[in-house]
Amino acid sequence: MNLNLTLIGQAISFAFFVWFCMKYVWPPVIAALEERSAKIADGLEAANRASRDLELAQEKATHTLRESKEQAAEIIEQANKRANQIIDEAKEQALADGQRLRDAANSEIEQDVVRAKEALRAQVSQLALIGAEKILGASVDEKAHSELVEKLAQEL
Amino acid sequence: MASENPTASEYIQHHLQNLTFGQHPDGTWGIAHGAAEAADMGFWAIHLDTMGFSIALGLLFIWLFRKAAKKASAETPSGLQNFVELMVEFVDGSVKETFHGKSKVVAPLALTIFVWVFLMNLMDLIPVDFLPTLASLAGIPYFKVVPTTDMNATLGMAFSVFFLIVFYSIKVKGISGFIGELTLQPFGKWMIPFNLLLEGVGLIAKPISLALRLFGNLYAGELIFILIAILPFWVQWALSVPWAIFHILVIVLQAFIFMMLTIVYLSMAHEDH
Repeated sequence: MNLNLTLIGQAISFAFFVWFCMKYVWPPVIAALEERSAKIADGLEAANRASRDLELAQEKATHTLRESKEQAAEIIEQANKRANQIIDEAKEQALADGQRLRDAANSEIEQDVVRAKEALRAQVSQLALIGAEKILGASVDEKAHSELVEKLAQEL
Repeated sequence: MASENPTASEYIQHHLQNLTFGQHPDGTWGIAHGAAEAADMGFWAIHLDTMGFSIALGLLFIWLFRKAAKKASAETPSGLQNFVELMVEFVDGSVKETFHGKSKVVAPLALTIFVWVFLMNLMDLIPVDFLPTLASLAGIPYFKVVPTTDMNATLGMAFSVFFLIVFYSIKVKGISGFIGELTLQPFGKWMIPFNLLLEGVGLIAKPISLALRLFGNLYAGELIFILIAILPFWVQWALSVPWAIFHILVIVLQAFIFMMLTIVYLSMAHEDH
């Protein structure tokens, strides 16, 4: 077992290998490892965030759904109310129209009646005159008796 | 093989002999034949097999990891990238758990130690005679395939770590702080020589224990594989298979311990008392 130059040669090659490893092997591998672990951490964080976002979105969706249901119910209620209102208004309108029509018809009828009465009265006075002429055999002075006849006609 | 029919001890010694290149006592340069010749070469010799295998495995490590690092992205990883990321994350986790200072060197250093030592230890699982026999066919007399069974390899790394310990101690605490740490603990300034002895031994023991632990474990494991290989070929499997399976644990564990202790030592160097 001799100690000789091999010792120094070994130390030199050892130094070279360490230097090479330090310069060209260690940094890229460690950098890649760190980059990967950062990437994984990012990925996990992103997944967490995504699930949180999903939760929030679901909550929001339920909220919106409930709100829109409430709104829909409100709208339906309003529509019903409005419909009832319209129906009531229409009924009132119809009643009023009917009343008006009836009133108009009634007044027209009354007028017709009055007019017919007038006509009848005139004719009756005429007939009365004619009848009287026939009865008296003489002509009745229209002018002299017209007042009398008028009075008669009025009584009819 | 050294001779045609080696005895058991020759066989073992042959397997434990590195391919040493250096200057012979007569002044010529060449490969040492035998342990005595290698020892005669003194310090200025080099183990070609240890250097060759460790550099080849180191290059395999940086080639593989660089390939994955170039493709590294935050997308879904696959295949090689998965494996490399697993290793990097494992080492990064270990470093972050233990080392609380700020340093760009410690984590890549730990990764390099872990993977490189593991790969060098892994050579132990190749059957002990495969590569040496191939080498001897190619005319290479000695061939020790597991670099971490060569104390030069483990001490080389441990001394590098020791250098880093001293460097960071001085960088973080200053020279006076470092010297103070060595001399003023644990007994105050009236016991400086004693403190220095205590702390000095503690400091030196770090790289030595680091190197010897790895070397001892792997050397012992290799030796047992060699001993098993001496047995008749039809019983070898009964011992070598369990030992190899157990050794899978040992090689990973030793690589991990070397890495972990390095991190701990450097962490201690960063801590201010």
